[in-house]
Amino acid sequence: MLNTLTSRHEYPGKLFVVEGIDGSGKTTQLALLAKWLSAEGHRVFVTDWNSSALVKAATKTGKKKNALTPMTFSLLHATDFADRLLYKVIPPLKAGMIVLADRYTYTAFARDATRGVDRHWVRELYSFAVQPDLALYFRVPIDVSLDRLMARRVKLKFYEAGMDLGWSTNPVESFRLFQGKVLEEYDRIVGEYGLEVVDATGSITEQQRLVRRLVSPYVSKLPEEPTNDAA
Amino acid sequence: MTPPDAPIEGANGDMQPGRYYGRGVPYLPINGYPGKLIAIEGTDGVGRTTQIQLLREWLEVKGYGVVETGWTRSPLMQPTIELAKSSNTLNKLTFVLLYATDFADRLEKEIIPALKAGFVVLSDRYIFTALARAGVRGIDRHWLRNLYGFAIAPHMVFYLKVDMDTLIGRVLESRGMDFWESGMDLKHGDDIYDSFRTYQNKLLREYASMADEFHFRTLDGRRSIDRIQEELRRQVAAFLESADKPVEPAEAALAR
Repeated sequence: MLNTLTSRHEYPGKLFVVEGIDGSGKTTQLALLAKWLSAEGHRVFVTDWNSSALVKAATKTGKKKNALTPMTFSLLHATDFADRLLYKVIPPLKAGMIVLADRYTYTAFARDATRGVDRHWVRELYSFAVQPDLALYFRVPIDVSLDRLMARRVKLKFYEAGMDLGWSTNPVESFRLFQGKVLEEYDRIVGEYGLEVVDATGSITEQQRLVRRLVSPYVSKLPEEPTNDAA
Repeated sequence: MTPPDAPIEGANGDMQPGRYYGRGVPYLPINGYPGKLIAIEGTDGVGRTTQIQLLREWLEVKGYGVVETGWTRSPLMQPTIELAKSSNTLNKLTFVLLYATDFADRLEKEIIPALKAGFVVLSDRYIFTALARAGVRGIDRHWLRNLYGFAIAPHMVFYLKVDMDTLIGRVLESRGMDFWESGMDLKHGDDIYDSFRTYQNKLLREYASMADEFHFRTLDGRRSIDRIQEELRRQVAAFLESADKPVEPAEAALAR
């Protein structure tokens, strides 16, 4: 019943993943990719992190009381991920659809290691995950991402800014310190798991052009007629 | 999945008591903590809770500080686990992870602080319950043991062992068979009695194999409450007395 993150899956569908810190523009790029793939006639399913209802309750309890430790944060998100994988990712893959995931296991690897959880342990923990056909990492300097978030007047999230670690009481400073470390972890992961790096400082159109170029070899092999189930 | 011959960097029977099984919680070093961790394991209806109450009473009279911890009792996860059980929507893998989260919460907030402060921690069930339940449900053993690599190897693990007929009698006499204790989620059939028997048999087999793997101190759970308690006290007293003496740490490890 278990998959493995380090070997190819055998589902008829395709799994594409976008990764990157808040403000890297990955969600924008994913939305544009979904538009294009749908217009091309593919059946597309988009899923994002933290979307499963049941685990949301616990996350909220934990966040309200500021009660999550790095380990429980890690395990709770693994639980959420498992739920999402089994209900939202695998069924559409079995049905031959294209699944677009906004954040995947690599987010956990980067965040949890930054919080002091053992790197090797967290990778083993997620070994049940399906290996993506393609994982795109939107690399962005910390100042660029902060500028984008500030421009949108986004209130920095408690855990996303690493406020739980107590490195700084100033949310912006905490975000800078925490996400700076997260970026270092991502750099490690890129080599380890073969993520495709996209320079996320470029224009939206430029990036999307590259994204589509990277994705197209994987989707051209899909049947032209999405209604033909026998193919 | 991890190849079966890959080394287990997690729960295993060769770990020194009081240390993390595997890579542990890197930001919480626990070496040299004075407390002791004693786990009582066994299936439903073997009287673990009664034994722990009696043991606690006796230890406190002797002057030991005692902290109790159980399975599925962390304030963080209790509502979520109850919700999951009642709605029956979660996959078995998700359940395993929920229980692990719950355990991590108790480990960091109850067990480790108590060990640091020198308490005797009495654990009503420990990771072995999780390993047995997940094992019966077909979750990869290697993955499970790696998952619980953040757990601390107890100083003593007592296993209250009963046979199937005793177990069935006790459960029926007390509160009856429920959905989860009968493994109805495994869909062995609609008959709760048959399902209970099949499920608990498999659980007993899991415990039996772990008894060797993790060096359980097996006690005959069919004996009277008083007889079992007597035996528990004898072994715990012997352990605590030897642990109180100023011996070299290496010797103390061998003495178990």
